[in-house]
Amino acid sequence: MAKILLEMKNITKTFPGVKALDNVNFQVEEGEIHALVGENGAGKSTLMNVLSGIYPYGTYEGDIIYEGETCRFNTIRDSEAKGIVIIHQELALVPEMSIGENMYLGNERGKKAFIDWGTTYAEADRYLKMVGLSESSKTLVREIGTGKQQLVEIAKALAKNARLLILDEPTSSLNEEDSRALLDLMLGFKKRGMTMIIISHKLNEVSYVADKITVVRDGSTIETIDNHDHNIDEDRIIRGMVGREITNRFPKRENVKIGEINMEVDHWTVHHPLYPERKVVDDVSLYVRKGEVVGIYGLMGAGRTELAMSIFGQSYGTLTGGTLKLDGKEVRLKKSPRDAIRHKIAYVTEDRKGNGLVLSQSIKINTSLANLDSLASGTVIDKDKEYQVAEEYREKLSIKTPSVEQLVGNLSGGNQQKVLLAKWMYAEPDILILDEPTRGIDVGAKYEIYCIINDLAAAGKSVIMISSELPEVLGMSDRIYIMNASKIIGEMKASEASQESIMAEILKSGRGA
Amino acid sequence: MKKSSKSILKDNIMIIVLVVVYLFFMAGTKGSIFMPMNFNALITQNAYVYILACGMLMCMLTGGNIDLSCGSVVCLLGSIGAYFMVTKEMNVGVSIGLMLVIGAVYGVVLGFLIAYMNVPPWIATLAGYLAFRGLGTQVLSANSSTGSISVKPIETFLKIFSGKLFSTKLNVLNVPCLTVGIIAAVLVVLLNYTSRASRLKKGYEADSATMVLVKSVVEAAAILLVMYKLSMAGGIPTVLVWVVLVVLLYSFITEKTTIGRHFYVVGGNREAARLSGVDTRRIMFLAYLNMAVLTVVTTWAVLARFQAANSTAGTNYEMDAISACVVGGVSAYGGEGKIMGMVVGATLIGVINLGMSLMNIDANYQKVVKGVVLLGAVAFDIISKRRAK
Repeated sequence: MAKILLEMKNITKTFPGVKALDNVNFQVEEGEIHALVGENGAGKSTLMNVLSGIYPYGTYEGDIIYEGETCRFNTIRDSEAKGIVIIHQELALVPEMSIGENMYLGNERGKKAFIDWGTTYAEADRYLKMVGLSESSKTLVREIGTGKQQLVEIAKALAKNARLLILDEPTSSLNEEDSRALLDLMLGFKKRGMTMIIISHKLNEVSYVADKITVVRDGSTIETIDNHDHNIDEDRIIRGMVGREITNRFPKRENVKIGEINMEVDHWTVHHPLYPERKVVDDVSLYVRKGEVVGIYGLMGAGRTELAMSIFGQSYGTLTGGTLKLDGKEVRLKKSPRDAIRHKIAYVTEDRKGNGLVLSQSIKINTSLANLDSLASGTVIDKDKEYQVAEEYREKLSIKTPSVEQLVGNLSGGNQQKVLLAKWMYAEPDILILDEPTRGIDVGAKYEIYCIINDLAAAGKSVIMISSELPEVLGMSDRIYIMNASKIIGEMKASEASQESIMAEILKSGRGA
Repeated sequence: MKKSSKSILKDNIMIIVLVVVYLFFMAGTKGSIFMPMNFNALITQNAYVYILACGMLMCMLTGGNIDLSCGSVVCLLGSIGAYFMVTKEMNVGVSIGLMLVIGAVYGVVLGFLIAYMNVPPWIATLAGYLAFRGLGTQVLSANSSTGSISVKPIETFLKIFSGKLFSTKLNVLNVPCLTVGIIAAVLVVLLNYTSRASRLKKGYEADSATMVLVKSVVEAAAILLVMYKLSMAGGIPTVLVWVVLVVLLYSFITEKTTIGRHFYVVGGNREAARLSGVDTRRIMFLAYLNMAVLTVVTTWAVLARFQAANSTAGTNYEMDAISACVVGGVSAYGGEGKIMGMVVGATLIGVINLGMSLMNIDANYQKVVKGVVLLGAVAFDIISKRRAK
C-alpha cells in the first residue's frame, strides 16, 4: 500500500445555522488522482477550503495530517508553503498582465522590493513548457483563450512547488478538446509522482482520470470508490451522489404534439461587434416548430451564443444579413431585447450570474423583471400581484427558499437557474432559447430543469436548447443542429443521431473547433 | 418568517445613531440644540441636501455614479436667476421657468453624453464642476460691482422658497402649524396600521403588532416634536414643504414604480437588465436629466435663503449630497439604497454640523469630524454586511 500523503480526520465545520461538514474523513495516497464528487452544496468546496487554510485552524473541528504531521493552517500561504496548492473554479488571472507576471503574482522572484524580471520570465517559460503551452510568458493573459488560461493557472501552481494539487472544476469552462488535453496533462503529472485532488461534475472525466472517487453528500463523505481500472459506471457514482437510483437521466416526454413552424431564421450572418471583419455567425438557417425541442450542439466558441443573442433583438454583434420569420411572417426586430420580448422571444443566458440575474435583489424582483409592465397600471407596480406571481413560480419550479424576498445571490446554482427560468417563463414567450440551461448545476437540479423544458414544449412553446453536453442534447431534443466554426454543419433527427455520428460531422467539417 | 430583534436593530441602526448623537449634542450644547430656533435652522440650513441627495441617490443607484457638477450649477443658475429677476426685472414666474429650462437643457446634454456617448459620469460632470462656477462668477461680475446680486427686493420669490407658512411671532404657539403636525402624525399612524391590516388579510408577512406600535409611536412623536418646535419658531418654513414633497415623490418613484425598479436593476446588473428588456441607456439619461431638474429646485431654495446670488453659492454641495446618501446606506456600487435612509443620513450630518457650530468647535475640526463620520458609516455598512454573510 502506498504512503498516505494527506488525511483529514473527523472534520466538522459549522456556519451559523448550518453544519456544512459533519465528521468528514478523507484520505489521499501519494501519487494518486483522487476525485471528489457530490451535488452542489454537498460540502466539497468547504472541505477544500478547510484544507487550504481559507477557513483557518480553529474555525473547524478535527485534524489535518499531511505527510505524517498535524498541520494548523491559518492562511493560504501556510498551506502553500507545504506544497498544497488549490486552483479555483473561477480563474484568478489579471487579463491586462502578462502570463509571467500572473504566475508570480504574490510570489515574485527577486530580492526584497526588487523584482528580477529575467528570472521571472525564464522560470515562467520553463513551467509553461511543462503544461504544454508554447506561448511566451510575456504574452498578455487576455490574448489567450480560456483553455490556455486554465493551463496558466496550473503552471502558476507548479511554480509554487506544488506537491498536492487541488483542481476545483478545472474543465467547467473548457470545450471537449481542451478538457481532454487538461486531463491528459494531469495523467502525465501523475506519472511524475504528483498527487492531485479533482472536484468535478463531469463524471465521464472523473471516470477517465481518477484512481479513487470519494462521494460527498450533505456534508458527509459517503463512500470512496476504487477506480484503478478507469471504467467505472457513471450511474454507480450518481447513485452515491443523490442517495437513490436515477433510472433515467432524461425524463421522457409524453404525447408529443409537434405543430407548425413557429420561427424560421434564414441566411443569418453576424459580425463581431469590435472586429467587424470577423464573422461570428455565418449564413445560418434553422427553424423550430411549436412543441418542439431543438438542440444546437456545438463546442464553446462555435458561435452558438452569438447566434442566439443576435436573434434576440440583435443583443450581440452586427447583423449583416438574414431574415427572421415568426409564424410565417417576416419580422424585422428593432435593435433591442425589449422588441424581441414583445415578439414573444426569450433568451435564457448561459451566464446566469454575469448577465442573467440581479444577485443583489430578491427572487420576487428577478422573477418579474422581464415582464414588469404586466404588473403595473401605468407605471405603478401592483406589489401584491408581484408577490403572488413570484410565489406561483416558486411553487411551480420548486425553488427551494424560505421566502421569495430572499436575495438571489444567496441561492444555490440550481435554484438560481430556476429563478432565471421563472423570469423568462413569466415573460410568456412562444419561443425560448435556452443557452446551456444546466451548466454547473447538480444532477438532481438538472433533472428538474429537464422536466420544466418538457413541460414548456408540451404547452406548445418552441424550445431551442444550446448545449455542449452531447448526452443532454441527445436525451432532450427532437431534432439537432450541429454548429461548428460559426456555421451550421449538420441537422439530424434525435432518433437517428448518436454521439459518434455528431462528432463525425464535426470532424468532417474540417476544423475541430 | 419572524424578524429577529438583531435584524430589527440592524435595520434601524442609523436612526438609533441619530438619536444618540442628538442626545450627545443636547448635553454638549446644554440643551440649546433643542431650542425651537435650532429646529428651524436644522431644516432651512439642510434643505438643499435633502433635495439634491434625492437626485444623487438616483444617479448612485444606476451603479455608483455621481454628479460632481451640481454645486457649480447651483452657482451658475442662481446668478442667471438673479440676473433675470433683478437686473432685467423680469417676472418671477418667467424667471424661475427659464431657470428650469436652462437646467433641463443641461440635463439633456449631460444625460446624452453619459448615456449615449459613454462618457464616464464623473468626468462629464467634472467638466461642469470646473466650468459652471467660472461662468456663474462671470455673470455676476459682469452685472454687479460687488460680485453678487441681491434678490432681497423680489418678495414673491422669497415668499415661495424661504418664507413661512402661517407666520407668527417667535415663542408664540402657532396653532395651524401644530394642527398640520397632528394631522400628519395621525395619517402616518393610520397608514402603518392599514397597510399591516391589508398584508395580514392577504396572508403576507407583516411586522408584529408591537413592532407597528413602536414604529407608529416613534414616527408620530418625531413629527409632533418637530412641528411643535416649528410652531414655537414662527411657523412652517416653506422650504420644508418643498423638501417633503420632493422626498415623498422620490420615495414613491423608487419604491412603487416600474421606472424606479429599473434604476435598481440597472445598478444591480446592467447586462441582465438590458437582456430583460430594460432600456439601460434611457435610465442613465433620465438619472442625469432628473439630477439637473432637482438641482434647479435646489437653486431656488438656496437663492431665496441667502437672498443673493454670489460666486461661492453651492460650494461642496455635491459632496454634501453624496455624503448624505452614503451615510444613509446608499451603496457606492449601485443597486441599493432608500430615500428614507438618505433622509436619516442627511439629518445625521445636519445635526452634527449644527451641534458642532453651537458648541463653537473650530471649523477645521468640523471638517475632520465630517470626514470621520463618512468613513465610519461606510466601514460600518461593509462590516455589517460581511457579518450577515
